[in-house]
Formats: sequence, structure tokens, C-alpha cells
Amino acid sequence: MDNLNTYLSIAAILFSLGMFGVITRRNAIAVLMGIELILNSANLNFLAFAKFGGMNMSGHIFALFVIIMAAAEAAVALAIIINIYNNYKTINVDDVRELRQ
Amino acid sequence: METNILSWIIWIPLLGMAAIAFVPRGKTKAIKIITAVATGVQFLATLGLLSQFDLSTGGFQFMERATWIPSFNITYILGVDGLSLPMVILTGLLFFLSTFVSWNINRAVKGYFSLFLLLDIGIMGVFLSLDFFLFYVFWEVMLLPMFFLIGMWGGPQREYAAIKFFLYTLVGSVLMLIAILALYFTCGRTFDMLLLMETAPTALNGVMWWGMSAIKVIWVLLFIGFAIKVPVFPFHTWLPLAHVEAPTAISVILAGILLKLGIYGMLRINYSMLPGAVWWFAGALAVLGLINVIWGAMCALAQKDLKKLVAYSSVNHMGYILIGMSAVIAAGAANGNNVLAAQAGLGGAVFLMFNHGTISAMLFILVGVIYERAHHRDIEGFGGLATRMPIYSGIVALAFFAGLGLPGFSGFISEAMCFIGAFPVFKGIVIASTIGILLNATYFLWAFQRIFLGTLNEKYKDLPEINRMELFTVIPLAVITLFLGIYPKPFLDLISSTMNVIIDTVANVSSFAGVF
Amino acid sequence: MTGNMFINYSLLILFLPVAAFTIQIFIGKRLPRQGDWVSIGAVIITLVLAIAMFASMLFGHDPNFSQEASFTWLDMGVFKIELGFLVDNITITMLLVVALISTMTHIFSLKYMEGDIRYSRYYAYLGLFTFSMNGIVLANNLISMYMFWELVGVSSYLLIGHWYEKDSASDAAKKAFLTNRVGDIGFFIGILLIFSSLGTFVFSEIYDGIAAGQLGGTVLTFAGIGLFLGAMGKSSQFPLHIWLPDAMEGPTPVSALMHAATMVAAGVYLVVRLFPLFTPDALLVIAYVGGFTALFAATIAVTQNDIKKVLAYSTVSQLGYMILSVGTGAYIAGFFHLVTHAMFKACLFYGSGSVIHSMHHALDKKHDHKTDPQDMRNMGGFKKKMPITYWAMLICTLAISGVPLFSGFLSKDAILAGTLSFASQNPGHFLLPVFGFGAAAITAFYMFRLMIMTFHGKPQMPEIYDDIHESPKEMTFPLVVLSSLSIFIFYTLPYFNPFSDEGWFSEMIVASDSVVPGNETAHYIAEGIHHVHYYAMALSLIVAALGIFLSWTMYFKKKISADGWAKKLKPIYNLSFNKYFFDENYNQYLYQPFLKLSNLVAYIDWDLYDKYFINGFGRVTKLFSFFTGRLDYDGLDQTIIDGIGRSTRRAGGVLKYLQTGRLQSYLLFALLGVILLVLFQSF
Repeated sequence: MDNLNTYLSIAAILFSLGMFGVITRRNAIAVLMGIELILNSANLNFLAFAKFGGMNMSGHIFALFVIIMAAAEAAVALAIIINIYNNYKTINVDDVRELRQ
Repeated sequence: METNILSWIIWIPLLGMAAIAFVPRGKTKAIKIITAVATGVQFLATLGLLSQFDLSTGGFQFMERATWIPSFNITYILGVDGLSLPMVILTGLLFFLSTFVSWNINRAVKGYFSLFLLLDIGIMGVFLSLDFFLFYVFWEVMLLPMFFLIGMWGGPQREYAAIKFFLYTLVGSVLMLIAILALYFTCGRTFDMLLLMETAPTALNGVMWWGMSAIKVIWVLLFIGFAIKVPVFPFHTWLPLAHVEAPTAISVILAGILLKLGIYGMLRINYSMLPGAVWWFAGALAVLGLINVIWGAMCALAQKDLKKLVAYSSVNHMGYILIGMSAVIAAGAANGNNVLAAQAGLGGAVFLMFNHGTISAMLFILVGVIYERAHHRDIEGFGGLATRMPIYSGIVALAFFAGLGLPGFSGFISEAMCFIGAFPVFKGIVIASTIGILLNATYFLWAFQRIFLGTLNEKYKDLPEINRMELFTVIPLAVITLFLGIYPKPFLDLISSTMNVIIDTVANVSSFAGVF
Repeated sequence: MTGNMFINYSLLILFLPVAAFTIQIFIGKRLPRQGDWVSIGAVIITLVLAIAMFASMLFGHDPNFSQEASFTWLDMGVFKIELGFLVDNITITMLLVVALISTMTHIFSLKYMEGDIRYSRYYAYLGLFTFSMNGIVLANNLISMYMFWELVGVSSYLLIGHWYEKDSASDAAKKAFLTNRVGDIGFFIGILLIFSSLGTFVFSEIYDGIAAGQLGGTVLTFAGIGLFLGAMGKSSQFPLHIWLPDAMEGPTPVSALMHAATMVAAGVYLVVRLFPLFTPDALLVIAYVGGFTALFAATIAVTQNDIKKVLAYSTVSQLGYMILSVGTGAYIAGFFHLVTHAMFKACLFYGSGSVIHSMHHALDKKHDHKTDPQDMRNMGGFKKKMPITYWAMLICTLAISGVPLFSGFLSKDAILAGTLSFASQNPGHFLLPVFGFGAAAITAFYMFRLMIMTFHGKPQMPEIYDDIHESPKEMTFPLVVLSSLSIFIFYTLPYFNPFSDEGWFSEMIVASDSVVPGNETAHYIAEGIHHVHYYAMALSLIVAALGIFLSWTMYFKKKISADGWAKKLKPIYNLSFNKYFFDENYNQYLYQPFLKLSNLVAYIDWDLYDKYFINGFGRVTKLFSFFTGRLDYDGLDQTIIDGIGRSTRRAGGVLKYLQTGRLQSYLLFALLGVILLVLFQSF
């Protein structure tokens, strides 16, 4: 069980779940959570390749970067969502369609 | 001697233009003063050139050479010789004086003087450049400001005149460009005129295009290109119109310098690079000269508009120059090596080129003076002005007498030299064209009588006399005309070495087979 | 230039008047007395210098005296022009004549032109003229002669047109200049012919070249006729004589100086100076033109009533004489006549000026501006009122009529002897002496007619007669001087024989032989003159007496009615009175057609050639552009280029519905895209 394919399969499932969440959810917070899942699936990939692909410590370092970046991203995204809420009184992304044709 | 005085002469007006660009639109006086300073400095520089000029050599002096577009073998070459030096000085002088002639311009002053300086650059550049490409660039640079100067500051028909002038001369430029490219591709891919002068006669010798000698084809293309500028009959009709419609200062430049560019081009390029075809064409040149003389004079005689009369008198005088130029072949072996006649003819032609510059400039300035006051130029509409404006009419009389070739003025000796030179070769043509001497006198004196003599037209009893600024612009020209008329030696010393080089070039080529 | 006295004096004589001219033109008006003293001072100095030169010529007593000096005027290597002076006895004599008449004219004008609006200008132009005339006289080459020749024409133009407010004056000025230019074309072609063969303008070198046979035959004949054409213009020979009578529009002193004594004599001077180069054929042409002019002009003078016109035609006729004598080879006689004629004709003009001046003042007093003060029919009986003028003019009239004791007799006799001698050697040309003697008779007739109508008989306008006065001293002084110089003694010194022209003149001024090989005319004529001398003298005395007698009976005694004869000979009278209708015919058959032709040329040039042919190119281009424009816009632009645009727009209209604004659907598309790419990648 301790081989690369397992890790990659889990990461792929995680990614698909995240993607599903991002595409289907109407709630902006839920979309954000989906993104977190996608990021973590990527982290899982980095770590798996670090272990089996001979990347040494690079995988770990990238994983750490991604976590930090995810934190920053979450902060920015939440700030945007708060602003959206302030302006539109909703966090439903379907109601914020200013870019519509 | 390493010097770049020629570049300075060409580009000084550019400094003036830059300075004008920084002056606010409303400060017209400052703009005019800047122009006067720029052209004045330029004129002084040309005089400096004169003082350093070596009379003993006929070659180019003060040469400058710099690479420009090496991939096409285009270089920036400047140089001056006895043919271009007088014209450079004339250009400097006339631009300086024309600045003061334009002192009354009050519409779009900034634009006017910027274009005026640009024109200066173009003309100086043509006279000084020795690279064909550079020559052509300057040639075109000159057209553009001229178009706007006529089209925006001209008389009632200015747009029509400007477009006609522009298109007409552009046709000439195009033909010239074809000829330049033909020379470029047949003579070793170079635009260097000095090199072409050496290689062209041999490189083209015997080359046939469509059953015609290549030399002849190129010669005729160049000739038509320059003939439009001169203008040679039948390419002359843009000239009266452009002259009449252009503002005074621009008429001065047109008649004084622009027409000479055509002659200059023929002597610099047709004569020096393709001397073989001169033999073939000299007869036609003399005939065209005769037609110019008679046709121009008769048209002048019939004119009602004074400025048009003066314009046609230019056509008339260019005829004498052509006749003088045709005399060059006298120096060939086929004509008994009559170097004397060739020198007289060519010297006379170049001398007249300069003299017509001063005399016609004077005439146009004087026409401008009366137009400024009476607001028309109808010869019949005046009468008796001599009583009212004695100084003005005295100067006009002087200019008219200079124009009709009176001895004591420089016009006479140069015309006489043209005749003396061409006579041994083209007897009949010269005899026929001496009628021009009579016709010249007729149209000038008749116009003088109708405008100045007789009883004073009551309408003009309060016309103001010529003022100091106007006098200032005319007097230097009058002095030069008189001085060279009384003692022409200095001028001919200046040009004779170069003339002899051209004469030798043409004379020696008569042995070339395949040209005829 | 050498330090030679003659050359230095000549330089001064040449340039003093032009200095005066310059001063007068620029500051004349601001000087006291409008600067007339500057001009007069200058010409008096030239007169003194000319007298000094003349005296040293007389005392030097060298008939072949000749000096030249020149400088390079222009130089191109081979082509070179040297200008210079030639001072010999002919030059010195001529300089004296010019200086003398010029000085007299300056003095005469002091009163005649007093109060004129352009007084200083007038003196300036006189200075310019004196300069140019001296230039002609001193020239040693054709080119400077031609130059001064033209300058003389200009000063004549300026002076004839002095009162340019009058149209007749400005017309006359223009006519004089242009008619002269016609002749000058011939002159110039002559110069061209000579220069193209010999390569020089200098007289002495030309003679050498001709003597060496480098130029001869027909070409030389034509060159000679060309040069003579110049002389015809200046000396007003038929058919270029039309300008001189009109030139009388100028002030009378000007007529005296230029149109009687000096300027018109320039033509004669030219042929005298260049006599050695004329071929026999050219000389024959010269002789016939001169002879015909002499007779022809005299017949016109007979019927004129304007005192100045009579004198003008008389001048034309006398110039014809001089030309005739050059043509026959007795050219020294012609030059002699030039000198004597200068004196008495200038004096006659001063006399007429004096009369006109007086008439003018008298008419002014009566406020009569309609009566012509120059018409002899308004004069009569002035002898008592103007005795000095009368006696001076009488002396000159006697001189011009060829009465012994007066200078005209000597010179005219020499000319007539020359023609007679020529005709005796060439009997085919018997017309030449007929011209000469005929003209002599008519001259005597009309000159006495002039004198009698002006000074004798009853006053024709009694109302102004009381106001006629003798002119002031400034005007009578030149009259006295010049009429004295019309007495034979001044030309025959140191001898006192009034019937022979032996004297300093014939000793100092000798004919040089023709350089044309085979032409010995001058030599033969000189021989012949001795044989026919007494016949000529007798004949000339007879014809002169005849003319005077006829005039006397017709106008003084009124035995023969002049009007009666005029009626009887109506057609001939009309022809003469109207100057043979030359002006009218020239106008109708020459000027007007030429003007029309010019107008036609200008019309063709501007209204046909330019408008249709040159602008035609523009029009064709425009038309062509119109079609290409249509093709370009309707064909290319509207269908193809715009077609692309249109279809793009249509596609955009459809695709725009993809833009939902839902980020999640965009993401879905992106995901589908990625999946598609991956699928592509794997197959």
C-alpha cells in the first residue's frame, strides 16, 4: 500500500472533490473550501513525489509554501467575500454576475 | 583639412526650428528674430566658406564623409566646388533677405517660419550633398515646405497653385528617382556621386535598353526631372501660377534659387556623369533655349499682371542659360577644340544662373512692395507712380534695366557670354535668340512706362514711399548686381576651375564609341 | 595702367562725370542749388583736361600718335576679356567735342531748366551721358564699346523721358531705346561674327587677324553690316530714323547735346573708328544707306513747322552725309563733318531752345497753355527782340548750308568731293553724289526757311510779341561760343584759306588704310579727291546758293507762294509732311501684329496649353481615380473587406451567450478544455 499510486489516487480523489465543490456550490465560503481541498491535493502530490520520486526536500518545501499561500489566499478571499456581502447583502455567487454579457 | 562647416551650414536652420518650437505662438517678433539670426548665421558661414575657398582647384573642397546606411551603400557625403559655391552663397543671402521680406506675415507665424527654415535646409542640402540618395532626400524635403508655404500663405488661387506645383515637380522627382536607381544598379551599387562620375561613363558605355543607349535613356530621364524645375518649355506652366500665388518671400526663393536647382542638377549630374549624351543632346538644348527665350518673352509682353510678367521673364532668362550650356560641346575635337567658346558659354550660363538669382529676387521683392500698398498688380491699373514714389521707381528702373541686360549690370555680361559661347556651334539659333535682347527691353520698358510714367493716377496720390525694411532687402542685391556687372572677374575666378573640369569631361568623351 | 599723361587724363575724363552722376543721384537734392555746381564743375574739369590733351596733340604733331592701356576684366583661362583705352588723334578730338558740347549744355541748362521739378536728376543724367559717351570714344575694343553704347541709349532714354508726365515724352523715350536696340542686335551679331573667327574684341588684334586672312569674304561683310546696323540705330539712319524726331520731346539742351552733336554721332564714330575692317561690299551698303538718308530726311524737313522737328530731320540728314562719306571711303571727311556739325547743330538747337524758352515765358504770361511754343507759324520777326540768338543761329545756318568762310563748307565740300570721286571711279554708283548734292540744296532751302519764319517777317502772334526777350547770359554764352567755332578759321589753322580744308585737322587726322586684303578704296578716293576737288566745290556752292535763293524768294520776298506750291504738289507735300507715314506703317504692320501675336502666344500658353494639356493630365488622372475609386470602395472594400468584418460580427453575436458571468461555468469550460487536451494528448 505504501506506493506512489495510492498517494496519487487519494490526491486525485481529493482534487475531484474540491473541483466538484468549486463548480457546484453557490455559497462563496463553500467554493473557498473546495479550493482548499484542491490545494491540499496538490500538497499530497508534492509529498508523494518527494518520497518516491527522489525530489528530496524540495517537495516538502513546496508543500510548506502552498500551506502558507493557502492561508494568505484564504485571508484575501474571505476579505473579498466580506466586501461582496457588504455590497450585495449575499454571498451567493450566482447573484454577483456583473461580468455577464 | 578636417572640418564640418558644410554640415553646420545645412543644419543651422534646424537649430532655428528647434528654438522656434519653444517660443509661444503669440510671440511673433521673437520667432522672426530667431529666423533672422539663424539665416544670418548661415549666410555668414557661407561667406566664411568663400574666404577659405581654394580658387586653383576645380575639385570638391571641405569634403565630409560619414556612413549612414551601410547595407545599401548610402553615405553622408558633403562637398562644395566652384559650381555649387556661388549657389550656396546665393541661397544664404536670399534666405536671410527673405526673412525680412516676410516680416509682414502675421498669420500662423510659427508655422510659416518653421517651414521656411525647413525649406532652407532642403535647398542647402541639395547644393551640398554628393551622395545621390542624400541628394534625393533633400530634393524631396524641399518640396514639402514649399507646398505648404504656397498653399497656406499664398494668394487667392493658392491651393490650386500649390497642388499643381507639388504634383508637377513630383513627376520630375519620380523620373529622377528612376534614373538614380538605374545608375545605382548599373554602376556598381553606389550612390556616391564622385564614384559615379568616374564609373558611369565606362560602365554604361555600349549598354542598350530596349534598343536605346542606356546613357541616353538615363540622361533624358534626369533631364526631364531637372527641366521641370528650370523650367524648360514645355514644362514651364507651373511657374507663373506658383509665382503669382506664392507670398513675396517665397516667390523670391522660387525664382532666385529653386529654378537654379534644375540647372545645377543638369551640370552636376547630366554633364558630369553622362557627358557622352551631352553631345547628342546639345542641339536640342539650344533649340529649347531659343524657344524659352522667345516664348517667354512674348508671353511676358502680353501679361497684364506684373508678377506674371516677371515670372515669364524668368522663363525667358532660363533660355539664355540653356543656350550657354549647349556651348560646352564646342570644346570637343569635332568642333575644333574651341575651348574658348565652351568657357564663355558655360561660364556665362553659371554666371547668369547667379545673376538671375539676384535680379529676379530684386524684381519679386519690388513687385511685393507695390502689391502691399495697392493690393493689386494690374499693370494697366497704375500710372504715373514715379511722381509719387521717386525712390521706389528709381530702384524698379534699376532692376528692370538689370533685367533687360543693360551693360553695367551683371545680367548683360552673362547673357553676352552665353551668346558668345554658343555662337560658333549654333549660329542660327544664337542669331534668332538675339531677338530676345529686343523683346526683353520691350516688355520691361513698356511695363515701366505703364506703371510709373505718365500722369499720376489719382487713386494712388497717397501711396507711401518704399520703407527702410524694404530698401534693406533690395539694396544688397542691387549692389551685387552692379558690382558684378562692372567687374565680373571675381565671380568668374571663383567658378572657372570647376567649369574647366566640366568642359574637359564633356570634351574628352567625344571619342566614346557607342554613345551616338 | 601706365603713368602716361594721356591715359591718366582719359581716366579722369571718363570717371569725373560718373562721380558727379553718383553724387547727384544720392544727395543732389539736398545740396545747395540742387548740386548743379557739382556737375558743372566736373564737366569743366573734363573740358580743361580735354583741352590739355588736345594741345599736347597739336604740339606733339604726330599724325600716327596712338596709345593703349588695358586691364583684364574677366578671365576663365582661355576665354578672356580685356577692356581698355585707345587714345589717338581721333579720340582726342572727339573727347574735346564731347567735353565742349557737354559743358555748354550744362551751362545752357542752368537757366533753361531753372525751377524744373527734377533739376538734380536732370544734371545727374547729363553726367551719366557724358560718362557713357566718353566711354564709347575711348574704347579700344568692341565689348566695352557695346557696353557704353547701350549706356548711352539708357541716358538718352532717361533724358528724353525727363518730363515723363507727358505720354508723348515717355513714348518717345521708349521708342528711342527700342529702336536703338534693334540696331544693337545687329551690332551684337557683328561682334559675335568677329569674335567667333578671331577670338578677340580688341580693334588692333582684329585688324591683325583680318590682315592675316583669318576672317574675310562674306562673313566679314556681314560682320561689317552688323556693326553698321548698330550705327544705323544710334545715328538714326533710314529705316531706323523714326526715333530721333520723337526724341525732341526731351528738354532742348538735351537735344543739342545728344540728339544733334554727340550721341547720334556715335554711330558715325563707330564706322569711322572701325573703317579699316569694312569690306567694299559693306561700305557700299553704308554709302547707300547714308546717302539715301541724307536726301530722304531733308525732304521731310522741308515741310515741318515745329522748329525742333526741322532741326531733328536736318540732323538725320547730316548724319546721313557723314555715313555716306564713310561709305565712299572718304571717312576722314565724314569725321570732319561730325566735328563741325557738332558745333553748329548744337548751336542751332541752343538757338531754338532760346526761342522756345522765350516763347514759353511769353505764353505763360498770357496764361496761354494751348499754343505750341515750338511752332514756327506762331513766331516771326524775332530778330529785333533776340539779336544774339539771331546772329548765332545765322552763322550756324550759313555753316550748315555750306557757305564759304564757315566750317560746314569745308567739311561738306570734302564729303561731296569724296562722293564725286567715288562716282567717277565707279560710274555705276552715280546716285551717291546725286543724293549728296540734292540734300545739300534742300538743306540750304529749309534752314533758311526756318530762319526766315522765325526771325524775319511780321510777328505772327502780335499779342505775345512784346513779351519776347533775349535769353539770359547763361543761354547766350554757349550760343556765342559755338557759333564762333563754326567759323572756318578754327579748323584750318595755321592756314587762312577759307576754300581749302588744309589745316591742323587734315594734318593730324589721317586716314588709315583698310586692312581688308584687296580693298584700296580709301587710297583711291583720296587720289580722286584731288582731281574733282574744284568741281565739287563749284557744284556745292551752286546748289547751296540755289537753295538759299529759293528760300529767300519764297519766304522772305514771298514772290513764290509756299502754300500755293504745297497745294499743287498735294500728294508729295502730304507724304513729306507726314514723314512718309513711317510711324503709322510700322505701327500697323509691325508693332500691332507683333502685340497680337504675343497675346496669342500668351493665350495658347495659359488658356490652351496649360488649361487643357497640362491640366488634362490631372483631369485624366482624376477620371481614372474615380473608376479605381469605385472599384476599390464598392468592389474591394464594401464586399470583401467589410464582408470579413460582417461575418466576425455575426459570429460574435452568437458566441456572446457564452459569457454568463458565472465564474463557475467558466471554470467548468476550462476543466472540460483540460480534459479534452489530456484526451488528445493520450491518443
